[in-house]
Amino acid sequence: MQQRWGLPIVAWPSRLRPSYWDGVALPLVIGLIMLIAWASQQMSVPYHPGQTLAISLDPWHLPEYGLRTVLRMIVALLASLAFSLAYAAVAAKSKRAEKLLIPILDILQSVPILGFLSITVTGFIALFPGSLLGYECAAIFAIFTSQAWNMTFSLYQSFIAVPHDLREAARMYHLSPWQSFWQLEVPFALPQLVWNMMMSVSGGWFFVVASEAISVANNQVLLPGIGSYISLAIDQRDLGAVGYAILTMLVLILLYDQMLFRPLLAWGQRFKFEELGEDEVEPPWFLVMVQRARIISLFTGGFDLCADALSRATRRAPKIALGPRQGSRHAGALDRIWSIALGLGAAATLIEIVHFVMAEAGLSEIAHVVALGFATLIRVIVLIALASLVWVPIGVWIGLRPRVAHRVQPVIQFLAAFPANLFFPIVVSSIVIYGLDPQVWLSPLMILGTQWYILFNVIAGTLALPTDYQLVAGNLGVRNFLWWRRLVLPGIFPAYVTGAVTASGGSWNASIVAEIAKWGDTTLQATGIGAYIADMTAKGDFPRIALGITVLSLYVLLINRLLWRRLYNLAEERLRLD
Amino acid sequence: MDTIATATETALITASGISKTYQQPDHAGRLVLDHIDFALKEGEIVAILGKSGSGKSTFLRIVAGLTAPTAGTVSYRGHPVHGPAQGIAMVFQSFALFPWLTVLGNVELGLEAQGVPRDERRQRAVAAIDLIGLDGFESAYPKELSGGMRQRVGFARALVVNPDVLLLDEPFSALDVLTAETLRGDIEELWMQRRVPTKGIIFVSHNIEEAVEMADRIIVFGSDPGCIRAEIAVPLPRWRDPTLPAFRRIVDEVYTLLTTVPGRETTRRGARSDTLSMQYRLPDASIQQLVGLLDVLTAAPFNGRADLPHLADNENLTTDDLMVLIEALQLLGFAQVGGGDIEVTPQGRTFADADLQRRKQIFAESLLRNIGFIVHIRRVLDERPGHAAPEARFLGELEDHLSEEEAQRVLETVINWGRYAELFAYDYDRGVLSLENP
Repeated sequence: MQQRWGLPIVAWPSRLRPSYWDGVALPLVIGLIMLIAWASQQMSVPYHPGQTLAISLDPWHLPEYGLRTVLRMIVALLASLAFSLAYAAVAAKSKRAEKLLIPILDILQSVPILGFLSITVTGFIALFPGSLLGYECAAIFAIFTSQAWNMTFSLYQSFIAVPHDLREAARMYHLSPWQSFWQLEVPFALPQLVWNMMMSVSGGWFFVVASEAISVANNQVLLPGIGSYISLAIDQRDLGAVGYAILTMLVLILLYDQMLFRPLLAWGQRFKFEELGEDEVEPPWFLVMVQRARIISLFTGGFDLCADALSRATRRAPKIALGPRQGSRHAGALDRIWSIALGLGAAATLIEIVHFVMAEAGLSEIAHVVALGFATLIRVIVLIALASLVWVPIGVWIGLRPRVAHRVQPVIQFLAAFPANLFFPIVVSSIVIYGLDPQVWLSPLMILGTQWYILFNVIAGTLALPTDYQLVAGNLGVRNFLWWRRLVLPGIFPAYVTGAVTASGGSWNASIVAEIAKWGDTTLQATGIGAYIADMTAKGDFPRIALGITVLSLYVLLINRLLWRRLYNLAEERLRLD
Repeated sequence: MDTIATATETALITASGISKTYQQPDHAGRLVLDHIDFALKEGEIVAILGKSGSGKSTFLRIVAGLTAPTAGTVSYRGHPVHGPAQGIAMVFQSFALFPWLTVLGNVELGLEAQGVPRDERRQRAVAAIDLIGLDGFESAYPKELSGGMRQRVGFARALVVNPDVLLLDEPFSALDVLTAETLRGDIEELWMQRRVPTKGIIFVSHNIEEAVEMADRIIVFGSDPGCIRAEIAVPLPRWRDPTLPAFRRIVDEVYTLLTTVPGRETTRRGARSDTLSMQYRLPDASIQQLVGLLDVLTAAPFNGRADLPHLADNENLTTDDLMVLIEALQLLGFAQVGGGDIEVTPQGRTFADADLQRRKQIFAESLLRNIGFIVHIRRVLDERPGHAAPEARFLGELEDHLSEEEAQRVLETVINWGRYAELFAYDYDRGVLSLENP
């Protein structure tokens, strides 16, 4: 066992022979390490409140800003990953923890992401006084919140869905909990997690742009990054700079798509539980490089050794039989006590929030905020309806033509990942120039980035519609309106609901940045709860921020319970294709 | 290596007084296994046969230490079993291979868990793969393999840990006949030539011929609750020839045991509705298959009477499928079973001879005469003002006696039969049973 701990080079001399891919991989790896080192150093430079960080609109600074933005993104993604693994594992393992953790997650999911930023930023600044790190953490935390809940839910659902026979096999062959977590549960969850992670990152670009310009109590801090660049461009009414920022983002997302999204998806295929499907994808070049280049196999080889050592360190001591199980006589009583404790805790928290809010805002203000929420609700509903009217026919048209769909899909994925807030200045400047009504014309911004989910899912749903059904419809002469009503609409309904849920959730989130917009000194504002929260955040009025966020979260929760979940169940029960 | 134990009669596994009750939410516990005593001796292969729902798989899991019994104890070589024990390995019906691991990775899994060093692990896994005839496939992923190959991986994974006792949970039932036979032969050969250190095998099966071919002893489980109904020794020398009269006799005997419901064969007609209380789990036989089987039975060459194994062979039915159909035919009074033979009753003959509409009438009459639960549903629907009742009501009544899953299944069967007989209508969207014309 001892010689195993020598350099891995000795262990596999054949692995060291360089391949052609090393020519690409070597500079990439070294460059990456240097860039990360430099950028992380920049993150923790000294900083004192009130100091302004020099952001320049010179496009030559954009690569640097882009790198800083990407680094925030990566840190947030890793944090989300660690968080979701731990959280989901605990929730899936312990029934008692599940009772607490899952409802919390459900509520966290409906809290607007930028709300987290407003609330937590002061805490983070206090954590690292005299350093920029606090602000960086706040921004990263905002991105984290846009990804973590989603990923955690995905993991939790996978963990509880691990096939029973595999669990039994793991127990039968004496895998320790640690071993079966990494050998069974995580691999089983991987394909879904990878997909979810990628979707979350797509959503994350939006919030990285929105969270780099942080306002704390009437004092704005611009963290070097693309979001700050664009915020400065808005201040100075510089459409050219906006264009540069969009261009940079385009390159970034392309790189992310090629170097992370595609390779991870292809790699995740391996863990798919189903039989080999037809949708085998050609391995992307980046994945091929990672798998072929020797220098990278050095890293993975070392990683393997560590994993092996860990696994052996945590294994169960071999024994003939395990000790007797713990008595479960008091389990029922304990469960009841736990439930009561949870209920009391929830009630106490609620009372505390009410106290906090009521100390500042009266009943009439609460009613006012609820009304504002209703205005936003109307906006969201109208927008989803409009987007559906536009995108469902287009999506079906594309979906019926698999070759077109094949070509269009990456484009839509790209559009969904592109942070829509980069386009806000263009829309807002048009509203200012043409003197349009902000109540109406600011609204489309809310759905600018999320409408793609509807299109994307409608296409996928149509593609999944068995060709037989279409042939039957053709054979029976089912056409026009009847064709929509009897074949297509019921057929794509489950997929459409999934898309609409995502789009609606995204729109609520976007309302905070979309209902209030600036162009130079001009501020446009629509009536709605998003504008209210943004307003109060700028003023640093915490009780009112809390009020706004609470009301918005309640709206989201209610809509999910009353509308989406029902539609979802209907789709699941009645309209599933199988 | 292990030396062959001197005392061949030593018990490897002893199970005494095993009972298992599943606690159901809102309901009283449901007994699935009732006081089972069992021993596996060294050098023995024991088959456990029973209808689905007889708790035979649950019993195997209790022996494996995967499920805790409600009462009773299991011991392995004198040590009480409270969890998966080292020395006992299991092969699963669904293979239960990890799809993200290669064949080699899957086989190494148990060794890795035991902390066997890398090189030894590899060496032993490769040896096990060779033994089971999978050499060349070490780097394949399970999804690249056929069912038979996958189950070979399952066996290799079990054998690589040098198990003392091997538990097989219907290991061949997910495979096609030919593949199953080959694999079974290979396993039997490994056993007979003592090329594996395994001292005893318990295997759960629903295939009677398979059990008679492999086992030294067959335990027949009865249902509701699961219990040992009979124990049959198979004293035939290996390799066994399925065409020999001695072999056929044992097969017939087991068939008879499995197709007759204890206490029912003597019941006279008048007493039927009492024995067929709500507690009875109706076999989920499809109408189409029932009608088809009756047609076959009444026509040549059977002409109303058939040998069960012969019938199964002839109609290409698995033992499980056939069992379900025969139970339904008996329940409906369309056929009788005795001595490994099935015979169509006069009523069954009338049914087979009738046209479509008349068949429905006969079926309806038969349901109302024989199936207590359907009579009950009719009565409720008749008495209700709107002649309609939610299905949840009946489901609840079934759940008092059956597991949720079983209750759901029985209700589905009842609805299917009732619809065919046009005794009542059912609205899926609203979940309502009614007397309306659909």
